[in-house]
Amino acid sequence: MEEIKKKEEQTTTHKIGIYLWIWGLLFVLSFFSYMVDWYEFQGLLRWSLILFFMFLKAGLIMAFFMHLFWERYALVNVLLWPMTAIACFIGLMAAEGKYTVFTRFFYFFVGGQ
Amino acid sequence: MSEQKIADYEFKPGFTGMAKDTGSDQTMFKGVHWGKAMMWIFLLSDTFVFSCFLISYMKGRASTTVEWPYPSEVFALTVFGVSVPLLLIAIMTFVLITSSGTMALAVKYGYEKNRKMCGWLVLATAIGGLTFVGMQAFEWSKLIHEGVRPWENPFGAAQFGSYFFMITGFHGTHVSIGVIFLFIYAYKVFAGHYDTQKRGWFTTMKGDYVEIEILGLYWHFVDLVWVFIFAFFYLW
Repeated sequence: MEEIKKKEEQTTTHKIGIYLWIWGLLFVLSFFSYMVDWYEFQGLLRWSLILFFMFLKAGLIMAFFMHLFWERYALVNVLLWPMTAIACFIGLMAAEGKYTVFTRFFYFFVGGQ
Repeated sequence: MSEQKIADYEFKPGFTGMAKDTGSDQTMFKGVHWGKAMMWIFLLSDTFVFSCFLISYMKGRASTTVEWPYPSEVFALTVFGVSVPLLLIAIMTFVLITSSGTMALAVKYGYEKNRKMCGWLVLATAIGGLTFVGMQAFEWSKLIHEGVRPWENPFGAAQFGSYFFMITGFHGTHVSIGVIFLFIYAYKVFAGHYDTQKRGWFTTMKGDYVEIEILGLYWHFVDLVWVFIFAFFYLW
């Protein structure tokens, strides 16, 4: 019983400033990513800007709003390493998609002979 | 948030701490409330579900021989006779970020045992979420009205509709469930369940403000998923 009490005694909170900063940053970043569409950037510039703002926003939300920045590494690593599996999956399916569209174009327009 | 003390156990920071936590023949996530750890595991599995949806969307869009509908025009909204690209989606994004911010503050005030402030902020979050769902319903009905179906649409590749309804629908379901829980928890905060350690309906666990953080994790995750949907579905 005593041990449980000791466990629950201390929980730290953070200064309100940090939340407001992150909040503001998220607004600004969202505005920027909307501007990418507004100014109709195309091609590589568009994709890299979208990805840049997306990862920045996702990172800020996870690190500070979801408190991952302050969590134990045991939890952080369990959560983040599986993402490499997703990255692999994305790579595989991107290659697969290219192959599928190639075969489709090939057989639609060249024929199956 | 995990600086809780455990008797006779020294918390070490960084990777040394991780090795020690993992290899100590005890609970692995030390100082982390079990409910929080379980929510994280659930969110991890949910990440995989959403990833599979988005990856299948990527594959579908990359492998179609028909031109993909241009989202900037499909999701444009006409305001005072001027067509503004992605206007509704941008507003939805800002609404969701706003509600995410109020949730983060609710967690903070919860831990400071500031009942009223926490309650109002949870309620504000719930209302933000409700606004989001409302706007999504409007967006859906607008597109359905324009003839977008899971099997066809007037703008381009037929797969567009099925991916759109599946991905935004699944996300909208998450938001709706979150809104329901936010209203329930707003009531629980205002009623003082976490100050009096009142037990929940389905659990013998004593009420504690950590539950607000657990709910917050879910809500931030919903916002997180929207960041990816916004980037990949609407902007790309």
